[in-house]
Amino acid sequence: MPKDEQGIGASTKRREDIRFLTGDGNYTDDINLRGQAHVVFLRSQVAHGRLRGIDPAAAEAMPGVIRVFTAKDFESAGGLPCGWQVTDRHGQPMKEPKHPILAEGKVRHVGEPIAAVVADTLEQARDAAEAVIPDIEELPAVTNPKDAASDASLVHDEIGTNLCYDWGFVEDNKAKVDAAFEAADHVTTLELVNNRLVPNAMEPRVSIGDYSRGTGEHTLYTTSQNPHVIRLLMGAFVLGIPEHKLRVVAPDVGGGFGSKIFHYAEEAFCTFAAKAINRPVKWTCQRGESFVSDAHGRDHVTKIELALDKDGLFQAIRTDTYANMGAYLSTFAPSVPTWLHGTLMAGNYRTPLIYVNVKATFTNTVPVDAYRGAGRPEATYQLERVIDKAAREMGIDPIEIRRRNFVTEFPYATPVAVEYDTGDYHATMDKVLEIADAAGFEKRREASAKKGLLRGFGINAYIEACGIAPSNLVGQLGARAGLYESATVRVNATGGVVVMTGSHSHGQGHETTFAQVIADMIGIDADQVDVVHGDTANTPMGMGTYGSRSIAVGGSAMVRAAGKVIDKAKKIAAHLMECSPEDIELKDGKFSVAGTDKSVAWGDVTLAAYVPHNYPLEEMEPGLEETAFYDPANFTYPAGAYACEVEVDPETGKVTLCSFAAADDFGNVINPMIVDGQVHGGIGQGAGQALMEAAAYDATGQLVTGSYMDYTMPRADDLPYYAVDHSCQTPCTHNPLGVKGCGEAGAIASPPTIVNAVVDALQRGGHGHVTHIDMPLTPLRVWQAIHQR
Amino acid sequence: MYAFDLARPTSVADALKALQEEDAQPLAGGQTLVPTLKARLAAPSTLVSLRGISEMQGVCHDDQGRIHIGAATTHAAVEREVAKDYPGLAALAGQIGDPAVRNRGTIGGSLANNDPSACYPAAALGSGATIVTNAREIPADDFFEGMFTTVLEEDELIFSVRFPVPKVSAYAKFAQPASRFALTGVFVAQFDDGVRVAVTGASEDGVFRWSEAEDALGRDFSADAVAGLSVPAEGMIGDLHGTPEYRAHLVGVMTRRAVAAAG
Ligand SMILES: Cc1cc2nc3c(=O)[nH]c(=O)nc-3n(C[C@H](O)[C@H](O)[C@H](O)COP(=O)(O)OP(=O)(O)OC[C@H]3O[C@@H](n4cnc5c(N)ncnc54)[C@H](O)[C@@H]3O)c2cc1C
Repeated sequence: MPKDEQGIGASTKRREDIRFLTGDGNYTDDINLRGQAHVVFLRSQVAHGRLRGIDPAAAEAMPGVIRVFTAKDFESAGGLPCGWQVTDRHGQPMKEPKHPILAEGKVRHVGEPIAAVVADTLEQARDAAEAVIPDIEELPAVTNPKDAASDASLVHDEIGTNLCYDWGFVEDNKAKVDAAFEAADHVTTLELVNNRLVPNAMEPRVSIGDYSRGTGEHTLYTTSQNPHVIRLLMGAFVLGIPEHKLRVVAPDVGGGFGSKIFHYAEEAFCTFAAKAINRPVKWTCQRGESFVSDAHGRDHVTKIELALDKDGLFQAIRTDTYANMGAYLSTFAPSVPTWLHGTLMAGNYRTPLIYVNVKATFTNTVPVDAYRGAGRPEATYQLERVIDKAAREMGIDPIEIRRRNFVTEFPYATPVAVEYDTGDYHATMDKVLEIADAAGFEKRREASAKKGLLRGFGINAYIEACGIAPSNLVGQLGARAGLYESATVRVNATGGVVVMTGSHSHGQGHETTFAQVIADMIGIDADQVDVVHGDTANTPMGMGTYGSRSIAVGGSAMVRAAGKVIDKAKKIAAHLMECSPEDIELKDGKFSVAGTDKSVAWGDVTLAAYVPHNYPLEEMEPGLEETAFYDPANFTYPAGAYACEVEVDPETGKVTLCSFAAADDFGNVINPMIVDGQVHGGIGQGAGQALMEAAAYDATGQLVTGSYMDYTMPRADDLPYYAVDHSCQTPCTHNPLGVKGCGEAGAIASPPTIVNAVVDALQRGGHGHVTHIDMPLTPLRVWQAIHQR
Repeated sequence: MYAFDLARPTSVADALKALQEEDAQPLAGGQTLVPTLKARLAAPSTLVSLRGISEMQGVCHDDQGRIHIGAATTHAAVEREVAKDYPGLAALAGQIGDPAVRNRGTIGGSLANNDPSACYPAAALGSGATIVTNAREIPADDFFEGMFTTVLEEDELIFSVRFPVPKVSAYAKFAQPASRFALTGVFVAQFDDGVRVAVTGASEDGVFRWSEAEDALGRDFSADAVAGLSVPAEGMIGDLHGTPEYRAHLVGVMTRRAVAAAG
């Protein structure tokens, strides 16, 4: 097989696109079960209030209504569990109030489900939902994470505080960090907001619950990035269904960006209700409903300080962050502002002392959880912004100050508990300056100036952590799950291969890339390999896809399982050729005996495995199928440098993103075209955060950007040509493919790049008083910054 | 969406008859009305579709050089059909929404709806157009009554819109980033007997004429002539996308840009 055309390193087209682009996909909403009923959730219109009662009688009398459910129906069920327990500065566990399936006693955010109306048709359920009028005594709302800390209005009365935890990292470093600030030649301080975002996957969430009285089996079809995790959390903690009686299927899923990791109330509801009414129950989220029920992202209020010596060498970093948890703890929410954020505060730099403080608070807003990048964008943004500001204050070129501080020797142990295995930060910086044509900037700036526009150049370096994660490590950090991955490699008699992976693809293209790896290992055509995922009934227990972990962890499990298959196949080949397995080589789909011209084809061996007439049955079982679990030894550390140019119209404040260059080190790359696409999408999302998107709440807790009329999504014409390069490769040292992960880099590294560019444009353009603008840099905000003195 | 009946008349007379039904409402392109129905914010008994009425479609000219546009003519058709004779209007139509919206949305629907951020009201007022209904002819100066309200009576149907054609004209639109309606849009038109400047998106009272700018441009039709002028922030819309001060500022900027583009 010509490896260069379809094996590792080949930009083969995505096989899944044939069904996605021709309407042949099978999304959850495409599934309709015989006799299914429809559920509509009555959601709170107020942000905070005491729920004094609900009268479902009128609704229950309406045509087609089967039943109206309220919290009373879930007295025997558990709350939605949180998968990560953070321990605070004083060694105390975080506060973990109950997260009910339907509101109990109080409503705590706009969009919280209060009652569920199940009817024969969707329209009947909608009509009836309007007839359920909850009796709610409104209470004052709090939406800002810093305001919440005053406890003026309590989201959860029973815990007596809005503070979920006060986390210090590394607590033992605090005094040394403070001392370093005392001694520093220069201190740069920056206060900023990392804006709250609505994930907006193209496909809204959908769940269908089904139950068989005959077998006692439950099936949940749901839009999930990790069906096994949902099976475990919902089965064990919420509904008490053992795993062998619960099947979770996440078929084609149209984007997740984190928002489909979490276990949601609607999933538990549909599973529960299907048994209660003995009919399948389907829920399809509407777009407006997603705005107030999908977990949001980001929402940090941060003060960061950077201490430097007179040469611009970083001495210490100190940060103080308020992180919004929303009204309840979503599945992995507590880990995002802590372990996924604090551990990245060293960035690409040799800063010896770091102290990160995070106060996580409850507010009357939609729960906040991991969103593309999860914690690393928040870390990168503040660090790369404060470095830019420090460079300006000290009169050092922003590229130069980064270079002076780059880590250059690996492995490198940071003061924030992680060890970078490989990297070459100067190489990616050199590369980005080349592909961004940094040398030509001045000419372009002059051309912009002739049009009355201010042009700026933004630079950034980033590192992130992917391939989450060594289970024993995350266990110590509070994870209530292991974070390995699994795969079964099944070889059929005629030589075709089916990979059953615990990873889940919802746009990433695993069906293509995973097949490329197998094709490469065996030397068969990639068309001979199918990749199956998303159904707990036919895949081994897996932890799913997020944190850019699929190829690094799921791919490693697959390589391991395939390795076991190949080892066994070599033994069969050795038997067929009457030699020792050690002498067998597998290349281009052929087993040959070293030093001879003897060989057997892959298909002959696979056939022998299943038709074992000539087979060492005393020594080996027939068949050719192996399963492997892979638990990573470390995180992986993709890193790189980004640059962009913007034009600011000083009359209107409008920012135009003119060009964008990304030089990423992802280690080895399986499919460069797919990696380009991941980076493109990530940059688009980062540009959205930097320039357009904001989930804004008013003082009463209403989401004022609750539709696309007010929530600005980036569109094609907002985005420039991208120059993307991933030729700087320092392979990961601890996984078999040497891969690092590429799914989030674009979203992590682009916001600071863009904001740095806008500030640069304003500084060069005579508005030196503008040292920072909070995202999103809308025309209004930029205009206000120019005019505020 | 609540259930409703759909009438598909092929003549204005039949449409008016269908509209006699209690809670009946005309449906043109549905680009405003259908989302409203989907959100269950309106519950008409009958929708009277105007799409099949050929008398309400298309563009023609009269012997005084005026352009008549049927109320049910889509934005895309206007963009195409007046490109030569009234390029300023064609360009405005071409900036409304996206191709899907422009291929369905109509001039009559837009004017009847009078969204304070819509584009067409600026063109109608800025051109001194006449709105022709089944009952009367209404000068644009008298038609708009503030946000989402016009002088149209219940059951009064816009039949067509008659535009005098200026010597030069242009529309400068600063888009609200999310909806891409006009955060502030200014339509400027120069006629033999004077200049008209109409502003949309900015004021709490909806589209308005900026008479100070009209006078200044009447004397000297150049961007410089309006450089020193400004509108007060008071009465301007304030929201997430723009404060009253910002919108007042944009009125000046967009007026200058419209004049420069028309020039
Ligand atoms: C995504 C999107 C983007 C948009 N962007 C813009 C934009 O940038 N600028 C802009 O100006 N608009 C924009 N619009 C609005 C669009 O131009 C609509 O077409 C317009 O506002 C309404 O026209 P319609 O023909 O769709 O009317 P409909 O939605 O069918 O009707 C609107 C109202 O007018 C009434 N009506 C319709 N026709 C008549 C008539 N002949 N006589 C009396 N009453 C009538 C209806 O009963 C209804 O009350 C956008 C819309 C969408 C969905």
